[in-house]
Amino acid sequence: MNATRLDEEFTSSVHVYEPHRNGLPRLRPYFRALWQRKPFATEMSRASIRADNVNTFFGQIWLVLSPLLLACVYFALIMIIRGRGNTYDANVERFVHLCAGLFAYHIFFAGCLRQGASSVVGGGKLLLNMSFPRLLLPLAEVRTAFFKFLPTLVVFFIIMLSFGRPLHWQVIIAPAFLLMLGLFGAGMAMIFAAMQVYFRDIGNFLTYLVRMWLYMSPILWTPDEPLGTLRELGIHEWVMHINPLYSILGGWSSLLINGEIPEGAWWVAGASWSLVAFVAGALFFMSREREFAVRL
Amino acid sequence: MPSVSEVKTVTNADMTTSDPAVRVENVSITYRTTFEKVPTFKSALRRFGRGKREIHNVQALTDVSFEVDHGTSIGIIGSNGAGKSTLMRAIAGILPPSEGRIEVHGRVSTLLALGVGFNRKLSGRENVVLGGLAAGMTHDELNARYDEIAEFAELGEFIDMPMKTYSSGMYSRLAFSVAVHLNPDILLIDEALSTGDAKFKQKAARRMREVAENAGTMFLVSHSMRSIKKLCNQCLWLHKGQVMMQGDPEEVIAAYSKFLEVGEDAFTLEDM
Repeated sequence: MNATRLDEEFTSSVHVYEPHRNGLPRLRPYFRALWQRKPFATEMSRASIRADNVNTFFGQIWLVLSPLLLACVYFALIMIIRGRGNTYDANVERFVHLCAGLFAYHIFFAGCLRQGASSVVGGGKLLLNMSFPRLLLPLAEVRTAFFKFLPTLVVFFIIMLSFGRPLHWQVIIAPAFLLMLGLFGAGMAMIFAAMQVYFRDIGNFLTYLVRMWLYMSPILWTPDEPLGTLRELGIHEWVMHINPLYSILGGWSSLLINGEIPEGAWWVAGASWSLVAFVAGALFFMSREREFAVRL
Repeated sequence: MPSVSEVKTVTNADMTTSDPAVRVENVSITYRTTFEKVPTFKSALRRFGRGKREIHNVQALTDVSFEVDHGTSIGIIGSNGAGKSTLMRAIAGILPPSEGRIEVHGRVSTLLALGVGFNRKLSGRENVVLGGLAAGMTHDELNARYDEIAEFAELGEFIDMPMKTYSSGMYSRLAFSVAVHLNPDILLIDEALSTGDAKFKQKAARRMREVAENAGTMFLVSHSMRSIKKLCNQCLWLHKGQVMMQGDPEEVIAAYSKFLEVGEDAFTLEDM
């Protein structure tokens, strides 16, 4: 970090650069600098949202339009694969569940993953000419993904209420699962951002990983669907929690739609996965970031 | 903080007034590159299979030592690939030195490339904020200086248009304007003077002199010997990563020109 005036409050203006040992930078000054430079990350994220649809006719309406279209596409997919042998109510529940999971996954989580992964490699000019805590780059993308996700929440509630589904009080607990999703997404963003510096091909793999993960998570299916099969095979339910998104997205959807508070195991699984991912991602990124300028 | 290298912060009590603005001690920087331009997973696997490592060391700086006092404007000259930009980045704390030690006393602002952090889809106004924050300014400072920055860039109504509609001269004028309004203690500039048309160049040169006076310390990398003579009171000549000479601009430039075996005629003064 160079000695900009922002750092002055907490360090002197003397900076010494020496060959770095591998490992972490000193954490306290690092996080202070990160905090001081937050307005820059915020502005970067805001700018990228504003710039996104600047050329289109609908402009920012796309933030609402694209998740709606997305939900329709996947709903058509489910209807074709599963057939129509369901009551109207069951279909509505399926559609609302799909929306809850799909918006959170596709707009928020996959946004973190995709944009976060390319944040460091794509920020070449910034990285080579400015000195700042590099962690700002993936975290700005997480913020971007979150703010693109927010309007879809409004869309979701409108869909849910207009199909006559009740609004449960348990909805107020749901942000806990959103927080887990955010932490997990941020962790993944940091890990993939750092890895992509070394292996550029990760960007290509990521497209398929994102799609695969979508099918493996309780979005197109409900969390309790596979449990029967597992019981028949004699496999313990815990297997499902190998996928962190099973508990996180499952809990999110069941709170929003059925007002059911998930059992303890889901909380433990979701919270521990997200904390582990976040801490591991941050440590991995920070231990590598001093090399980025040389590697780009 | 230490985005690049191990940073030790020294308390103000340790500072003595005799400290130079920048002290570079025996600094070497080596880039480790592979032969392929972009490292890929596939080539890594293939190399792993053959059991060889295609690593290629580029010695950008070799045992460079010098000191620059506060209030000095120092010009850095040398042919392409002499390590001038690498040196700038090391002083800014972007590239870690492979060996040696760099001590910087003061706030550093870099003008190594124009328009860092800019988003071409957004208006000039929004990019002033973006570029300013990227360079480490606060929102308050930006609000206070916004008018000055916009006025200096002379963009008129274009300031509210997306930057992709700008001509390249307008683009660099705005970028330059943001950069010179940072008011740093130590300013690092890499070839940024040649922006805009003749009229803007003059204005830019004037502003650079002001900045050099206010900032105290300025590092200027340039191929234009004329601007070095005009703006700097010291000069450092780098050749293939080593310091050839440090001293009075006239003398260093004369030696450099002699070294290149070209006379100091009008042509070489303008662009070398």
